[in-house]
Amino acid sequence: MSDVAVHHGIVDPYEPSLFGTYSKKIGMWLFLLSDSLTFGALLFAYTYGRISTPDWPTPFHSESIMNATLMTAFLLTSSLTMVFGVRAAVRGNAKAQRLWLLATMACGIAFIILHGREWSNLIAEGLTLPLFPTAPGEANAEFVGVAKNVPQFAATFFGLTGMHMLHVTLGVVYLGVIALRRWFIPILLGFWLIAWLGTPAYSPFHYGAHVLLICAIVISIILWLKPKIYDSSDVEVAGLYWHFVDLVWMFIFPLVYLMSTKI
Amino acid sequence: MDAVQLELEAEVAEQHRHHGRAQFLWVWVALLIMTAIEVYLAYQHMEPVRMLSILMGLSLLKAALIIAYFMHMKFEVSRMKWWTMSSLVFCLAMMLVFLPDAFRILRIGVH
Repeated sequence: MSDVAVHHGIVDPYEPSLFGTYSKKIGMWLFLLSDSLTFGALLFAYTYGRISTPDWPTPFHSESIMNATLMTAFLLTSSLTMVFGVRAAVRGNAKAQRLWLLATMACGIAFIILHGREWSNLIAEGLTLPLFPTAPGEANAEFVGVAKNVPQFAATFFGLTGMHMLHVTLGVVYLGVIALRRWFIPILLGFWLIAWLGTPAYSPFHYGAHVLLICAIVISIILWLKPKIYDSSDVEVAGLYWHFVDLVWMFIFPLVYLMSTKI
Repeated sequence: MDAVQLELEAEVAEQHRHHGRAQFLWVWVALLIMTAIEVYLAYQHMEPVRMLSILMGLSLLKAALIIAYFMHMKFEVSRMKWWTMSSLVFCLAMMLVFLPDAFRILRIGVH
């Protein structure tokens, strides 16, 4: 009797997904939900600081706004190229998939470079954090008073945009691994050397560049432990992460930059 | 990987195959236009609360377009849509509970 019950009605060892999609994608969505709370808390902290501080600074000149607008355009375009990359992957066009992913990475790198330039300009003008090394000529710069009188601004600005920049950097590395696999490791090491040796010792990017070295080590271990050819589902999951990074910027850009425009 | 997972991946890939490039291009153009409107508004001498409301409204619209089309949520099963989006909105809304405290600090001043 019991044998009959066991052998009938069980076709597969696993039940179909409740959410109608594969586990990798559900896992990425769960990660993105938790990460959205991280950014939600940072955006909330920025808003709280802004409301509760009467003399909140408005340091962004038109040059900064143009720079941030260009950064936004690059991120939006990168989302489009990412979608085309997923489309090429599901159609089995490996060459087009790789090219679209490389285009997405190029837009991401352009975003990081423009953001780095924005940070460097603000730091040179005196908007800095105590943990950053002192830049030459910083004592007489425009925003020294802002950094001293309203320390919440620098803390929340660098905390929020720095966390986002880290996410974009990790996104570029993630796409690099999907597109080029182990061939991306020497390229990443090249990026690390350029970022480390090409920035002055007082720049936070001089030390921040070591994130790329850590990424190269982690990737080497992952690819050594589990070498594989990434399929269309891997490209789609990577795309979800990339679009999320774009999505978060859609809130940072107006809240941080446009609401603090120096008219 | 088990057969169910492979079947699901094939199904999702099949859904993607039916999406044309045109709809993604339209979404991208709409996102760029909304960004241009936001930048234009930043240079208008508008009351901060009003400007913030408009900017956040546009940001929510942009976020909805990105989630629906680029992140493929529009094409997921309704259970996936409701679980993910309702939990996200609930958790983020809970953070706003603390926001009135910022106005209290503004009123009493920081000592």
